[in-house]
Parts: sequence; structure tokens; C-alpha cells
Amino acid sequence: MRYLPLTESDREQMLGVIGTSSVDDLFVDVPKGALLKDVVDLPKAQGEIEVHRHLQRLSESNTPAGRTAFFLGAGAYRHHVPASVDHLIQRSEFLTAYTPYQPEIAQGTLQALYEFQSQVAQLLDMEVSNASMYDGSTACAEAAMMAARVTKRKKIVFSGGVHPHYVDTARTACEALGLEVVALPAAVDDEAAVMQNLGADVAAVVVQSPNVFGAITDLTGIGDAAHGAGALMVAAFTECVSFGLIEPAGAMGADIVCGEGQSIGNALNFGGPYVGLFATKEKYLRQMPGRVAGETVDADGKRGFVLTLSTREQHIRREKATSNICTNSGLCQLAWTIHMTLLGEKGLRQLAMLNHEKAIELADALASLKGAEVLTKRFFNEIAIRVPGSAQKIVDALADKGVIGGVAMSRLNAHAGMDDVLIACATEMNTDADIASYVDALKKVIA
Amino acid sequence: MTTRYTKDHEWVRLEGDVATVGITPYAAEQLGDVVYVELPAAGASFTQGADMAVVESAKAASDVYAPISGEIVSANEALSGAPDLVNQSADGEGWFVKLKAANTGELDALMDEAAYADYVKGL
Amino acid sequence: MITETTSGNRGLQQAEPLIFETGHATGTGVDLPAPKGAKDRLGGLKRKAALDLPGLSEPETMRHFVRLSQKNYAIDLGLFPLGSCTMKHNPRLNERVARLEGFADLHPLQPTSTIQGALELMDDLAHWLCTLTGMPAVALSPKAGAHGEFAGMLAIKAALEARGEGEKRKRVLVPSSAHGTNPATAAAAGFTVDEIPGRADGRVHLDDVKAKLGSDVAAIMITNPNTCGLFEPEIRNIADAIHAAGAYLYCDGANFNAIVGKVRPGDLGVDAMHINLHKTFSTPHGGGGPGAGPTVLSEALAPFAPVPHIVKRADGSRVLVEHAEDDGEAFGRMCAFHGQMGMFTRALAYMMSHGSDGLRQVAEDAVLNANYLRARLKPHFSAPFGDRPCMHEVLLDDESIRPKGVETIDLAKALLDEGYHPFTTYFPLVVHGAMLIEPTETEPKRELDRFADVMIALAERVNAGDVQFFKQSPQLTPMRRLDDTRAARQPKLRWRRAGDDAARKAAE
Repeated sequence: MRYLPLTESDREQMLGVIGTSSVDDLFVDVPKGALLKDVVDLPKAQGEIEVHRHLQRLSESNTPAGRTAFFLGAGAYRHHVPASVDHLIQRSEFLTAYTPYQPEIAQGTLQALYEFQSQVAQLLDMEVSNASMYDGSTACAEAAMMAARVTKRKKIVFSGGVHPHYVDTARTACEALGLEVVALPAAVDDEAAVMQNLGADVAAVVVQSPNVFGAITDLTGIGDAAHGAGALMVAAFTECVSFGLIEPAGAMGADIVCGEGQSIGNALNFGGPYVGLFATKEKYLRQMPGRVAGETVDADGKRGFVLTLSTREQHIRREKATSNICTNSGLCQLAWTIHMTLLGEKGLRQLAMLNHEKAIELADALASLKGAEVLTKRFFNEIAIRVPGSAQKIVDALADKGVIGGVAMSRLNAHAGMDDVLIACATEMNTDADIASYVDALKKVIA
Repeated sequence: MTTRYTKDHEWVRLEGDVATVGITPYAAEQLGDVVYVELPAAGASFTQGADMAVVESAKAASDVYAPISGEIVSANEALSGAPDLVNQSADGEGWFVKLKAANTGELDALMDEAAYADYVKGL
Repeated sequence: MITETTSGNRGLQQAEPLIFETGHATGTGVDLPAPKGAKDRLGGLKRKAALDLPGLSEPETMRHFVRLSQKNYAIDLGLFPLGSCTMKHNPRLNERVARLEGFADLHPLQPTSTIQGALELMDDLAHWLCTLTGMPAVALSPKAGAHGEFAGMLAIKAALEARGEGEKRKRVLVPSSAHGTNPATAAAAGFTVDEIPGRADGRVHLDDVKAKLGSDVAAIMITNPNTCGLFEPEIRNIADAIHAAGAYLYCDGANFNAIVGKVRPGDLGVDAMHINLHKTFSTPHGGGGPGAGPTVLSEALAPFAPVPHIVKRADGSRVLVEHAEDDGEAFGRMCAFHGQMGMFTRALAYMMSHGSDGLRQVAEDAVLNANYLRARLKPHFSAPFGDRPCMHEVLLDDESIRPKGVETIDLAKALLDEGYHPFTTYFPLVVHGAMLIEPTETEPKRELDRFADVMIALAERVNAGDVQFFKQSPQLTPMRRLDDTRAARQPKLRWRRAGDDAARKAAE
């Protein structure tokens, strides 16, 4: 087997040094009968040729996004990732390193983490960021639980614009802790509705901008109202490229900003692995979940970086930890940092503007179609569209014509009462021809 | 004014009905360089043995328990800017809280200086 | 010998500033089409806050990150014997297949007619995991080991609620040797943690479990093979006792690598167990993630698995069940979408490459390598559990070095100068000055011998009383020992433009 270096004679020699004759003697503590006598019922070893052939075949029974006119977002976005990003993250020293617990031989990972935290804080206009979380949805769940710890209150109110998967993920985690989750009815453009639910028992309102329908909102008033009621404002997002163009939640009073970083540096990958961004105010640092890198000096006085504030974490605090998380999304976070370095302020602003312009073109093209109504008025790169009849059926019919036209709201939330709403997104990857194909196909499908 | 000690290495010094509480130099040394102390707010009440504060080094965190029952009068604000006071002067400037004792009789069950010294020797 | 250079470089080791110190607002490494200048639809919400994000050209970016990478240790450089972390070789075929267009360029919400291959792959993976563990069901969506623990404990909670005992059974038993995620997970799932104290032999005893049992116990979380590198001999009896008391057995599968293909957790009475795909099935650790934590479930817990899951229809096509409220007893949702697909492809490629025969050999070689190191090191170090064989990792303690004034951390730092990543230090907590050594099956014998020779030479140096040597280690690494206390006392967690700090403090 190509991954196993021991030879039969090695094994024999080693057993001799150990002082036993059979490797099964080393499994002496396994209860009688539980040690399998034979191999399990699965295929035998295969070479690279066979494994690659099998998986290639499986991959070919999918329709990759790039082979279609593609307008799907809703939490995962198709952007260009520069070739150098994927090359760099596959360098052995990044790919096959462990969590930087020995900082003297892990400064590469640690400095990249520090740069990531700095970039995230700048992008979101927040004071501090952690080293990343699993993804946007779990970051949002962590934010809700952190707000409950900070305020010592138990109710979390979600706007009707937060991505339904984020609400469901947070609900699962929060309810396990005995917190109450109030999810307001789905609403295309009404983040401010959370203000009606403020009260002395509310730990946080969770809003999203751009929200799942693409709508962007000035969150300032919501933040003021939340703070007035002793609650935190948690601002979620799914499209981090937007902050190259729109006002970030950090500048509008958010206490915790959390969301998905996949758009920068990371492929669609059918939903994961992604990279959760999580930023907060310095005063809440001790309640922040997740690992974090910090600056220090070494024995010679040279600047270096270490994992720090680890007394919040499970390996030290055990059942009193701020979270059970024991990882960050390392390689995805590194890809994010490399891509963001390549973009810089100039590239990010340009990328964001390109996305916005494509979405305007898409919105105008669809608005001109009889039967389709664009519901989102202020947006970044994503819009909600009302279609005649079942949006799910329309999405399926479009797929048959080589157009991935978005996602039906009913797929995200079966009980939203929005079966005729579909959510579509445009990015820098879309061409004018893609938009023409979409309009043409939708016209036929509606008719 | 005598000082009493708990098995969890807190010290208590009573003046009138207000007790000053800290951790012992032995505890501070075991913990290493203290980087952060989380203290309760004035007005909070604790029963004897309840979690009252947390003291952290870079690689460890320890709960500090209320050595006697009472209400917090004040917390040592100096520790937020200079947690190393706990290492430099655990039984002096590095005190944690002052609390109004609910029942000074609880002190009687705690160790005096000699008993605590014996206790530490036995660890 | 030269100690200082003008450049700050040391041969191949390049000094490298932060991107914030070299990049600038107009620097960029991408060429994008110019925007057309359309009137925006932002409703007045155009960004006003400064971005101040540095950009670098492509060659500068390449250099920056390559220079950073050269300050890292990695499996591809040498033995990485971090106990309980399973740092084994990461085959590059796995990387290639994960990047196939039909997997990497696939959106999680595409119509199901366009993702049949992806769903089949997930079903294949599920089949391998269930067969290897002897368990009937698996929840694929958990994103890492701790997330898998959470899924398992939530399934247990849901099962208890379904039989009306949710309020009554709140206590979870956790041995003191457990990894910190276990108690943290139990607490996150709303349980209280009751610790089972450790014993000198490093095992969990049936008597100790029985002493803790009661009608308020929800589950026990037990790691097997355990964090001391030992198989729990009483696991079956513990399972029986737990089940008889109406509770469930959660098994932390972090150390599945030691028994894959040899022992099926399903045969031991396990109700739920997460599998770290980045450990047993070789997906890359990546400097801290991403992981993946599929969680296998027993018959009793399977109905409570979270959404989404895959259903195969009579015509052979597959569909997704994505809504918990329409899915009977599903306890909820772990995350957006379907889990770590990019890790599923890698893990399946690894399993197919090894096959049933190769995976069995993986466990045998992992255990053989650890015991070989045990045999070679034992005469020179203190091994707390005597002569008994270990599983995939060998645990030493500091009893032989501490009296000489050398601590576990010092020995670890001396290994850095010898060109090794050290073993896991100070874990498990139940052993004083623990050194947990896991070589994995992908180390050849000569690497094990070289490492053992180094360890023995260091032990001799301890015995010779050369304490200063150890206290001053490491000397040859890109950085000397770093000041953790300073980092924690005055946390500096991000770059700020000079002057910003002062301005912020003044504003407060």
C-alpha cells in the first residue's frame, strides 16, 4: 500500500523489540469477540488510477456551476479565485501543519492569522476579530449565545431577513442551552421589525444586511433601540464582498458582526468547508468564542505571534468555556487572507462595484419581463423576484435549459408563505450573454 | 485583625464586618504570571463556597470561591490594569474584593496562619 | 559564528513584515474589468468607513506567503508525533479529487437534478463510515470533531425528550482524562458535567461508573481508545451498565485511527461517535482546520439525526430532506448546507485507496509504531502505565526528568532544535507533565529510530544535569521562546495604523 512505509521485515523486527510475536497481542485489551478476525465488507485497496477514475466519474454526474448560466447565491457565492491562492494554500508547510501550539515553529500560520484578524476587523469596521469559525451559520449561532452570556438574558430575536439556515442553526444551538429564539416572519425588507420585540428579557436582536433577499438596511436606528433596551445588536451577513461597497455593520453600531467569508478565496465546494468571520468590540473580548492570535516578543525581544487568551477555550476552561469549538477554518481562512491581500482596498472596491453593476443589469433585465417582479429595491448583488406560480418549479425548469436561476425561498424555508419568490444573485463571473440566457429562458418558462 | 485561610488558598481578613479577600502567595506562585482577574460587581451576594471570581495565567484559569458568605462592597479595580499585583503582593495590594460578612462566625471554621502553613507543607 | 545579519534574514529564513507594513491602498494583485460607472442602488448606504486594506502585486503576495510558510513545521518535513492529533501523511490524490470541477464548482443549493454525483458520493462515504464502525446511521453535516460531539449529544437529548425524560436526565458523566471539548460540549447541550476521577492505571473502571449512575444520568462521554493511549477493557460492561440505567454511551472517536478495520464501535455498545476525518482519514490539518466530524448513530438515536440527509428513491435518484419540521424527530440543523463536502471527497479517496485490507493495516501499523517507540523509550523515561501495550500513542510522564530540574515543556523545546515537532505536552491532565507521542502508521522504521535516538540522547543530557541547555531551548528555530504572559496581559490582536491607538484611547 503506497501510503504505508513499513515492510514485512520491519514489522517482524519491531515486534521482536517489543517482545511479542503478533500484532494482535497489542490489542490485548479489546474485549473477547470484538476484535475482527477478517476485513470488513468493503472494497479492497486501489491505485491512484482507479480511485481517480471512480471519483472523476462521480463528479461528472454533477453539473458544475461554470457550465451553466449561473445566478445562485443565498449564502454561497461564485467568485473568481486567483490561481495563486490555491497554489499557496497547498504548500506543504501550510497544508500539513497543525494548530500552532508550538509558536517557535509555527510563525507562518500565526502571522497569517494575525493578518487575517486585522483584515477582518478593517473590513467589518470592528475592534477585534477571532481566528475564524466553521462557517457563517455557526458563527451566527455563537454570536447569539455570546450575547446571552454578555447580557445574562435569554431571548434572541431574529429578523425575517436572516438566512433561514442561520436561524435554524442558531435555534438548534440556543434552545439546547435553554435560550428562547424568536424568529420573525420572512420579510424582504423589514429588518427594523425586530425593534417591536425589544424588552427587558431580550439579549440580542439578530439582523442581516445584505439580508437573504439581498436587501441592504441602515442598521443605526436598530442598534440604538437595542442598546436603549439593554440588548446587543448582532449583525449577520452572507456576502462579505459587499463591504467593499456598502457601509459595514460595525459602523452602524453592531456589537457582534458574524457571517460567511467563503466569497473571498474559497470555491463553492457544495457548501463546505467555508470560513466563518466573527468580530466584536474589545470590551466583550473575554466572552468571544474561538481561538485568537496575538502579538508578543520572543526571548531575544523579536516580534512574534502566539495563540492567546486561551483561558476562554475548552482545553483550559472545559465545561465553563465560551464555546466547545476546538478549531478554526485554517486553510479557508488562509485562502481568504491571501485573496484579500491580492485584492487590497483597490481591488476589493472594484470587485464589489462590478458585482453591484451586474446585479443592477440582472434586476433591470428581469424587471422588464412580464410576470416577474423585482422585490428588492436597495441591494448589493442579490435580489428577490416574484414569479408567477411555484418558484421551485421555475428553478427546476430553468435548470433543464442550462440556467441555474437562483433558489426558491421555499427551499430555504418551507413555511415562509413565499412559494412564488426566488432569490437570484449576479457576480463578476456573469457575462452579458448569461443574463440574456436567463431572461430568454425565464420568458419561456413563465409562458 | 487576624487573617484566616481556606483549603482553596483564599485568605480573609476581617475589619469590623467587612472582610478583605485575596488568594495566597502560594496560590499565586502555583498559577504563575497572572494575566487577568475577573471580579464580581459591587452589590453581588455570595454564599460561602460559591464561585466568586476567576484568576487566570496565560495557560490556566482558576475559580476563586467566596470564603465566607456576604455582599460585595468593592472590587480591587487596580487589578484590571495591573494583574501582576497578584504575583507581587498576593496578600497585600493584590487583594480581590471587600465583602460585608453575612455571618462572621463562618470565619471560625477556617484555618489560621499556622494551620494553613502546615496544610501547604502537606501538599 | 554569525548571530546577526544586516537584512534580518538568516540564510533561507527570510524576515517578513506584516502585509500592513508593505502593502498599500493602491497596490493590487488582480486585474479586473473597469466598472462602467452605473448609478448605484444602495439607497445611500455606500461605505463611508475607511477600509485601509493593503494590497500587494502577485509576485509580492507569493513571496510574502512563501516566506511565512518557511517558518512552519509540517508533516511533509518530518515526524509530527502530536498525541491525539494523528498527524499522518496527507495524500495529494485527495487534494486533486477535491478540486475536480464537478465537486469544487458546485453550489449547495443547486437543483437536485444537477447534483446527483455529489449526493452519491456522500452516500458512499456514509456507507464506508457505517460499515467501518458497525453503526446503522451517520449524520454527515457536523463541521469538526467538537461539532460532531455536539450533534451526538443533541441526538441523545432529543431521544430523552422523546421518551419524556428530558427534564429528568441532565447529568453527563465525563472521565477526568477526557479532552476539554467533551465537558464543553455537554455544557453547550445544556447538561451538567459530573467528572469521573482518574485512576492510576489510566482507565475508566466499571465500579466508578456504577457509583455515579442514577435516574438523572443522560449519558457518559468516553474516549476509546482513551486519551492515555489505552483501549478501555471494560467498555462493553460500561455500555451495558449505562444502558441498564437508561442512559446513552457517547464515544469520542478522536482515536479511531488505532482500531479502524480491527474493532467496530457498534460492537461495543456505542450509541453515538464522531469521526474526525482529518485524523483517521487523512484530510489535511491545514494549520488548524477545517476539520469534519461526521457522527455515527445507533438504532436508538438514528431517528433524531439533524437535517439535511439524503433519501434514495426507487428510481435510483437521490433527494435531500432539508427541513427539520418536516422530518419527524430530527433535532434540528447543525449548519447551513450539507457539511464539509471538500473533506468528504478527500476522505473517500483515502478510504478507497486503502480499501478494507489497507485500513486494517493502518490500525495495525499505527499501534505497532507506537509500541515500538514505547519499547525503545521506556528504559530512558518514566511510563506511568507500566508494561502494558498501548494503542496508537504512548504516554510518558515527567517523573524521571522533573527531579533533575527539567520539565516537559523544556524537553519539548529542545526537540524543536533537533528539527522535530514535539509530542503533545501536558495532556491528558491526569498525568503529571504528560508527553503523549503518536507516530502514526505513515512513519518508516528508520524515522522512528532516529526520533528515539534523539529522545534518548536528550534523556541522557537531562541525567547529566545540563538544565541550562533545556531552559534556553530552542536556539535554532525562527523564533526563540515567546512571551505568552505579555500576549495575554496586553492583548494586541490586530494591526492598527500608527496614531490610531492613541486617538482611540483619547476618544474613550
